[in-house]
Amino acid sequence: MEYFLTEEQQMIVDLARKIAQEKIKPVREHYDETEEFPWPIVEELAKADLCGVYIPQEYGGFGGGVMNLVLVVEELCKVDGGISLALAATALGTFPILLGGNEEQKKKYLPDIASGKKLAAFGLTEPEAGSDATSMRTTAKKEGDYYVLNGTKCFITNAGDAETYTVFAKTNPGRGPRGISCFILEKGMKGFEFGKKEKKMGIRASSTRELIFNNCMVPRENLIGKEGHGLLIAQGTLDTSRPGVAAQALGIAAGALEEAISYARTRVQFGQPISSFQAIQHMLADMATEVEAARCLLYQTARMMDANPGKRTTKESAMSKLYASEVAMRVTTNAVQIFGGYGYIREYPVEKMMRDAKITQIYEGTSQIQRNEIALNLIKENAAKK
Amino acid sequence: MHFIVCIKQVPNTTNVQIDSSTGTLKREGVESIINPFDEYAIEEAVRLKERTGGKATVITMGPPQAETALREAIARGIDNAILVTDRAFAGADTWATSYTLANAIKAIGSYDLILCGKQATDGDTAQVGPGIAEMLDIPHVAYVKKIEDINDKSARVERMMEDGYDLIEMPLPGLMTVVKEINTPRLPSLRGMMASKKAQIPHWTAQTINAEKNNIGLTGSPTQVMKIFSPPPRPGGQTLAGSQEEMAETLVEKLRQAQII
Repeated sequence: MEYFLTEEQQMIVDLARKIAQEKIKPVREHYDETEEFPWPIVEELAKADLCGVYIPQEYGGFGGGVMNLVLVVEELCKVDGGISLALAATALGTFPILLGGNEEQKKKYLPDIASGKKLAAFGLTEPEAGSDATSMRTTAKKEGDYYVLNGTKCFITNAGDAETYTVFAKTNPGRGPRGISCFILEKGMKGFEFGKKEKKMGIRASSTRELIFNNCMVPRENLIGKEGHGLLIAQGTLDTSRPGVAAQALGIAAGALEEAISYARTRVQFGQPISSFQAIQHMLADMATEVEAARCLLYQTARMMDANPGKRTTKESAMSKLYASEVAMRVTTNAVQIFGGYGYIREYPVEKMMRDAKITQIYEGTSQIQRNEIALNLIKENAAKK
Repeated sequence: MHFIVCIKQVPNTTNVQIDSSTGTLKREGVESIINPFDEYAIEEAVRLKERTGGKATVITMGPPQAETALREAIARGIDNAILVTDRAFAGADTWATSYTLANAIKAIGSYDLILCGKQATDGDTAQVGPGIAEMLDIPHVAYVKKIEDINDKSARVERMMEDGYDLIEMPLPGLMTVVKEINTPRLPSLRGMMASKKAQIPHWTAQTINAEKNNIGLTGSPTQVMKIFSPPPRPGGQTLAGSQEEMAETLVEKLRQAQII
């Protein structure tokens, strides 16, 4: 399919592909196996200027918005769905600053993120607050020029390895959804610790830890936006970041599809390559069609978002994430099926792709939550017509 | 400091075929790349620039399409590029090439260090780098594997030898040819790729660099290729059979006969 990428976007794709092929592919099993954080790859991405493709030029980025981010993440995830999260989850942690931060905050934090010198993370989820973010228990009590944070966040991607954190806490527990505020925290702040590193099914090159706040004093100037606007910032962030997850899912699916086609052409059974059997051909045809459909929906969503800054795009963003992640799960499962017994063995890449794909249906809103968002918007839009 | 890198565009020989009738490479449909050894020279120039400040210039002598190689060097961090191109340069051997590049470097003006790959993968002569230094009458060190120290007056380098390395102090301006042990070339960066896209690359002709007609191209090349042939395949080795003791005895006997022991 021709997607009419700009010259700059094509360069981004070519460069990301080069890094994925030359730097990531040779080490992907290593990081999956050892669960080490892929710092050498982060350095490569930083040197190649890929960490800031979505950040505006005035803060050291390339100003390409969501579409640029999507292209990088897709290309990297074709080879490995976990390593690229250092970059993709940094984008998630950065969006609250980009969307709601003031000029000083942007100037202070964005250039280091754009250059790849620092990674970021997003702290919303808690043990008792997953899909229902408003039930969070972390509190931020104002005391003089500081907010004092207490509580625990869990399942935070990049936690411990990132330097910059956007964290949500209740400044006014009595006000429910309107009592949540968003803060910028830095690694090393007193009373800000990290919990144990989680052992995961997939995306094992990505670190996931708890954030623990124990009377953590956060300066007043680190409040993003106004007190009580936290949930709005979180929602705006997720609208903007979900295409990133869709890109991750799409990349994993596209990578698995490529592997399945190549394997089917070389694997001989009953005296011929299995790609000559219609049973396999139809599977490949369905996989390819779904991957392309996911890409169309995602690119169009990303372009719409970049063309309409400030406009809420909850429905389309949820659609692109829902569809791409469901496709990723189906396509990777079928890729394993086409590989047969070999697909189940760690020596071949598709079982890892299947493990990596699963998370895309879960984080930044489960597939069920995406459907809720889409349906809610359908009903609202219809109601507004009458 | 000003670093000049000389590069060559070569056919990607990883899976190239040899025409058995002429003994030359089958070039049709073969993609052109930067000579792999020159990539180390490019990387070293960029690293030196980052270390000492200054700028890096890349030059090549070749047909107009060699501009692609120069643009790639810019994408990897080189500041500017010059393409030395003229029909009159065609057919140049290593002497004429050294002469031409040396003249181009004189036309550039001042510089501190010239870097070349140790040899090109198509000709494999390793002569052009030292040749340029001779033409410019500057010192050179070939097969450099590490630049330990450098300033605008001198450099201390390690020269790769078969049995280790030599530590050499050389005055600058000078020329070095580098081996692959010197660094790991980086990938291009997005900023570099954009700069490379926009870069204006001047084309210098024989006239621009004041080259004597008799010293360039086929006319200026003292080398005469008498014959090109593929070396005959090596005769197969001999496999010994029997018990270990028997084989050892036979082996010793044969080595004695060959007067090796």
